[in-house]
Amino acid sequence: MKYFPLLWATLWRKKTRTWLTLFSLVAAFLLLGLLQAANSVFNTGGQNLGANLLITQARVSFTSPLPLRLLPQIEAVPGIEAVSFSQFFGGVYKDPKNFFPQFAVQPERWLKTFTECTLPAEQAAAWKNSRTAAIAGKQLAERFGWKVGDRIPLVSQIFPKKDGSRAWEFDLVGIFDNTSADSCPRMGNMYVRYDYFDEARLFGQGGAGIYVLRIADPDRAEAIGRQIDQMFENSPDETKTQTEKEFSLNFVRQIGNLSLILNSILGAVFFTILLLTGNTMSQAVRERIPELAVLKTLGFTNGGVLGLVIAESLLLCVIGGLVGMGLANVVMGVLAHAPVRMPPLKADTHVWMIALSSMFGVGLLVGLPPALKAMRLSIVDGLSGR
Amino acid sequence: MSEAIVQLRGVSKTYTRGKQSVEVLKALDLEVAKGDFLALMGPSGSGKTTLLNLIGGLDQPSKGEVVVAGERIEKLKSSALAAWRARNVGFVFQFYNLMPMLSAQKNVELPLLLTKLSASERARRAQIALTVVGLAERASHKPNELSGGQAQRVAIARALVADPTLLICDEPTGDLDRKTADEILGLLQTLNREHGKTIVMVTHDPKAAEFATHQVHMDKGALAIEPAH
Ligand SMILES: Nc1ncnc2c1ncn2[C@@H]1O[C@H](COP(=O)(O)OP(=O)(O)O)[C@@H](O)[C@H]1O
Ligand SMILES: [Mg+2]
Repeated sequence: MKYFPLLWATLWRKKTRTWLTLFSLVAAFLLLGLLQAANSVFNTGGQNLGANLLITQARVSFTSPLPLRLLPQIEAVPGIEAVSFSQFFGGVYKDPKNFFPQFAVQPERWLKTFTECTLPAEQAAAWKNSRTAAIAGKQLAERFGWKVGDRIPLVSQIFPKKDGSRAWEFDLVGIFDNTSADSCPRMGNMYVRYDYFDEARLFGQGGAGIYVLRIADPDRAEAIGRQIDQMFENSPDETKTQTEKEFSLNFVRQIGNLSLILNSILGAVFFTILLLTGNTMSQAVRERIPELAVLKTLGFTNGGVLGLVIAESLLLCVIGGLVGMGLANVVMGVLAHAPVRMPPLKADTHVWMIALSSMFGVGLLVGLPPALKAMRLSIVDGLSGR
Repeated sequence: MSEAIVQLRGVSKTYTRGKQSVEVLKALDLEVAKGDFLALMGPSGSGKTTLLNLIGGLDQPSKGEVVVAGERIEKLKSSALAAWRARNVGFVFQFYNLMPMLSAQKNVELPLLLTKLSASERARRAQIALTVVGLAERASHKPNELSGGQAQRVAIARALVADPTLLICDEPTGDLDRKTADEILGLLQTLNREHGKTIVMVTHDPKAAEFATHQVHMDKGALAIEPAH
């Protein structure tokens, strides 16, 4: 690259301006790195979910429970191996910020359905034996330092007991692991017994929440889902059945379309960056019109001058972008070891692809107008400053 | 008689600004022989720069033929013309027109970037050109660390470095004091006499014109040729 020294010198012609532009590029790409990494976590949230689990929810919303009486009909559908149901408990542990999902389930059904979860046999037996018994995922137990035998108080935000109190207590009898991946979202859940919960709650008896179905053949997921939904069509309990992965993605979307929010922020940031860098580049070219004319005088072609200006713009954006992404990686490394509870962020290939294409995209977009101007510049006009 | 390096035949140049058009050069004929040092004189606005631009392939005539270094340059396309300029012409301007962010050495190397020469060969040739103009020890200085005379020497070295057939100088001493101007003119004279460079130089200054081998006067876009002294 014999033109590099020329490019480099040109880039630093106005040092302060170049530094300011670089800082804003670095800031933008730092943000891009972090937000895209977060985005990537949301979008791959369902990745470790079983492909052969279907979830049947009330058609209106997953927050309105389906009745337990649908169970026999669902169970009778061919291709279904096991059916469990989960009523969301909505409790907090000690402090409202200690939120994690709890569900009331039937132990036998749960064990048959969530086969990728492993619970030691004697703990499973203990769970079946005591009505107030509960189990927790390994991640959840580690988060709060729970051990088998602990008594876990939960205050339900939804369900009071018959005595009007919202304070429930459960005995932790088992901690389950996961055979496939420890990032399985279930590892942060707690499961209590449905029979005890249903009898003790003040209202809502007979509501099963959502149904979770294990199917033999993941390829038949859609067909089975359709069959179930048709079965309850035009009944008071219309259903919507989808794979667990779709369900969890929809769940995320329902909390608020985080991806959309993140991308809007990024969009705004990059719009600003385009204006800023664009201004820098066009100013940089405008003030060296005579120099560009001299280059042409020396024998640089119109295309050559176009290339030089675009290369300068790309250089600026790629430097800013790489430094910004480097910083984003440092920040993610620090966050991973910080005492905050959040999924680990990582700039994976996908994030890097977005970052690199943004660098080149911004560089080209911003460099092209002044480059075209430089290309079209007539030598005579340029030299005389006309 | 030596061969002609520059031949203009019936060259006209008309500038159009909006509805107004001005004929700056009027059916002009001119020959410059190889080895000449031609001084082009005349009042401001008489068309001297326009004529130089046509000879150097920086602009196209409205009418007529421009043959320079054996090429009909008014027929060349923009990119071919650029390559032709790189091979055949060196330019020296009144205000030096150096790249402010590059050292003298890098300024002189610029035209060589367009050749296939290696980096070390480019550096070596730039060093030689700077030695020829007497500025070898200022190679690492930036233009703003040089005096006007020194900057013009760097510009001359840049014009020379690719060994062009023709040097074109537009009022090269217009911005310099008498003594410095005479040094620069002396340098051009040396380049003409000892290195055989053909030079076409525009100047207002009759003293400057005396360094040349021939003088040509221009007035209102036409030539009035005077015999050499
Ligand atoms: N690009 C141009 N557009 C319009 N008019 C021009 C242009 N270049 C030169 N002129 C006009 O042509 C005339 C001759 O200009 P120039 O060749 O620069 O004269 P000189 O160099 O002898 O002072 C002037 O009147 C000038 O205004
Ligand atoms: Mg002039």
